[in-house]
Amino acid sequence: MSDQRRLIAHLLRRSGFGATQDEIDIACQNGYDATLRSILNPGESCHIPDDVIQRYHSDMHELRYGDSSAAYWLYRMISTQTPILEKIALFWHGIFATGYSKLNNARSVLNQIDMFRNFGLGKFDNLLLELSKDPAMIIWLDNHDNHNGSINENFGRELLELFSMGIGNYSEDDIKEASRAFTGWTLGNIEYMAMRASKDSIWPYGRIAWHFNYDKSDHDDGIKTFLDNTGNFNGEDIITIICDQESTARFIARHLYDFFVADEEPVPQWNYTEPKNPEAVDELVKIYFDSDHSISAMLEAIFLSDYFKQSEFARVKCPAEIVAGTLRISESIQSPSDKIFSSGNITGYMGQMLLNPPSVEGWHEGTEWINSGALVERVNFASSEIGDISNPGINSLVSRIIESIQVTKSGVSSDELIDVCAELLGAAELSDSIKGTLVNLLDSEGTITQENQTELQNRIVYLLSFISSAPEFQLT
Amino acid sequence: MSLSTTSKPKSVVFVQLTGGNDALNTVIPYTDEHYFDHRPSVAMDPNKVLKLDQNLALNPNMVGIKSLWDQGKVAIINGIGYPNPIRSHFRSMDIWHTAEPETVLNEGWLGKASRAIDPKGENALTSINFGRGLPRALSAQGVPVASVGDLSTYGLFPNINDEHDRSSALNLFSQMYGGSGADMVREFIRQTGVGAYQGADILKTAPENYQSNIEYADSLMANSLKDAAQVMFSDLGTRIFYTQRGSFDTHSGEVITHANLIREVSDAVYDFQSDLDEHEYGSTNLTVIFTEFGRRIKDNGSGTDHGSGGVAFVIGDSVNGGLYGEFPSLAPKDQVEGDMKFNNDFRSTYTTILDDWLDLDAPEIVNGNFEKMEFLRS
Repeated sequence: MSDQRRLIAHLLRRSGFGATQDEIDIACQNGYDATLRSILNPGESCHIPDDVIQRYHSDMHELRYGDSSAAYWLYRMISTQTPILEKIALFWHGIFATGYSKLNNARSVLNQIDMFRNFGLGKFDNLLLELSKDPAMIIWLDNHDNHNGSINENFGRELLELFSMGIGNYSEDDIKEASRAFTGWTLGNIEYMAMRASKDSIWPYGRIAWHFNYDKSDHDDGIKTFLDNTGNFNGEDIITIICDQESTARFIARHLYDFFVADEEPVPQWNYTEPKNPEAVDELVKIYFDSDHSISAMLEAIFLSDYFKQSEFARVKCPAEIVAGTLRISESIQSPSDKIFSSGNITGYMGQMLLNPPSVEGWHEGTEWINSGALVERVNFASSEIGDISNPGINSLVSRIIESIQVTKSGVSSDELIDVCAELLGAAELSDSIKGTLVNLLDSEGTITQENQTELQNRIVYLLSFISSAPEFQLT
Repeated sequence: MSLSTTSKPKSVVFVQLTGGNDALNTVIPYTDEHYFDHRPSVAMDPNKVLKLDQNLALNPNMVGIKSLWDQGKVAIINGIGYPNPIRSHFRSMDIWHTAEPETVLNEGWLGKASRAIDPKGENALTSINFGRGLPRALSAQGVPVASVGDLSTYGLFPNINDEHDRSSALNLFSQMYGGSGADMVREFIRQTGVGAYQGADILKTAPENYQSNIEYADSLMANSLKDAAQVMFSDLGTRIFYTQRGSFDTHSGEVITHANLIREVSDAVYDFQSDLDEHEYGSTNLTVIFTEFGRRIKDNGSGTDHGSGGVAFVIGDSVNGGLYGEFPSLAPKDQVEGDMKFNNDFRSTYTTILDDWLDLDAPEIVNGNFEKMEFLRS
């Protein structure tokens, strides 16, 4: 495989959920830089049309339930033509982690995901402002209980600690003052919504989506001192001040590096450990300020950098990447199918129930995705999807592999076959011992010649299913 | 008190009734007119209920648990709950799982208990969930927990039906994971894979060695408990077993749905306890049945909506059978927003199990000090 093709495959895995060989062909014709430009200028989200999904799944009209809603998002991850929008939504979903468990209102969580698609690549100030007005976030962190004269610090604290600056860069007084500034940022019709929620009727319209309302009469308009600035600040002012802090730029830069380049230490340790690549973070901080806080500009710098191009397989795939990525390869869900539910649940069995992170800290990523139960689920899911030649994507992948290898009179070189399979599957280079095991397996079954196509196909599928069981397939 | 001649480690089997089991149709105040006034559509026939005393009775479908009650092996904990009840399934279950009603926590109480039992995580089978995925209750950092969907097919490559093919696949897997990883991350994944493979290998022996005269009912609950019994009798060091059955979310058609579910659970628990007794594990195990919340006192014409104030059961030969907690009054003046008022914190029950049964330091695990209940024989 050419270097360019390898890099483009890497880019398509990290900026989305991987691509088929045909999609990689097109990207290679356009070149790396042009491919990147079109990724970062996605335009409107494009996926299996909602009306087609809804015709098949009656429960995906209103999306009131957690499992249907997670499955619906998975449809979009699998079928999207604009994968960066789903990837950036997943990125922010992990940081601004809002969970269905407390809200009991999936529509509002999905609206938040949509907001991430719309604002997640833009100016960070706008994203934080939308987040502060987001109804799911308001309920998740109790800002509807944050009143003039009796503040609830939950949102104010996490806004600084988990959503922007990181711990150690502000005082407890700053939390209180920020909380005062966000008093009155609540839901419309709150008593009525509370009444509905307490009934939690499963009947139609029982769980209607919430909307934001600014209640001026409950807002504390007094003078506040926040991070050495003084004034009668409202929420917007607090966000402007936060977004001008270097600590914010640094925190977001490290998160981007962690998610798009290479696994960092867990977030709670960031205050005590240096980033893996301090120069990269410094450079991203500079770009944040030079670009007027543009996330898209930071991503562009990442994807063009040498450190990104050298970071193949430096991350452990998250469950959504395993499931959506594998289904994009196997193409086993190309139109609405009940299989979407089992696939949606499987991300949960692997430890990542979409729309329902365990707490506001989000998921613990990197090697923490891997435990014995989760690894069994990952191996079983990927190997059964990829080991099934009746899946259209696998069928064409096998043909593709046969085209790329030399079949001589003396048969096929096992070594070469294994390398090609691993590369086209998007797995890291296999360790010598695994390769040795697989070579022995192939050699023990005798040589194959071109005449015996069916046997060749079978062996390739078997090989692919084992490569998808290897540690190397767990990485991206 | 039953004297155990062996020194078997004590174990607990948790049975989670997911969806909010209707406490009032489980333990029924069959002489209370408020019960019948509030439940014109779902009240049980007072002539058919299984009487516990002058006031309370079990649902007519709970013949199995009633029989264990008659043997003095069942503690019924009425009025169990937590302050400021929450009627969201997920959040309420989270609270039961993390033993923390106020703030959202990551780690589950049984995950923490498992860590306290086996601090270095040396036994991958200290805690086992029978079901897929990991309930929050069992989740804690660095604590290995096996999740067994079906003991007979547990492990890798369950889709490969041919036994010979599956065995060569497993063999290949163990060879692939047998080398050493190219870096720390790959090495960690490799070791985890070896652990998963070995755990599955050990668990595979459990059904092979199992013999019993008990014929379990044919149901999901019975299958899970039979799997648990097989593992327990293999003495693999498992202390915490977990399983669940749902959905008890009976907003409509409650009379039929709830009857079927509660009968399934009750029959399965009876079979399980009989199996334990036959194998002399009856006095070293507790079976704990719980749910995330009870349901409204008043029915909605077909079922009942989410409420608070629940009921839990602790069952075993070492249990001091009887009624615990207070049965909440149904009089309108005593109701809380149309619900039964809780009178004992679920963490009291947890504390009793942790402290008096598993011999662990309870306050750290349940996030505070709670008065113990007296449902264990001393």
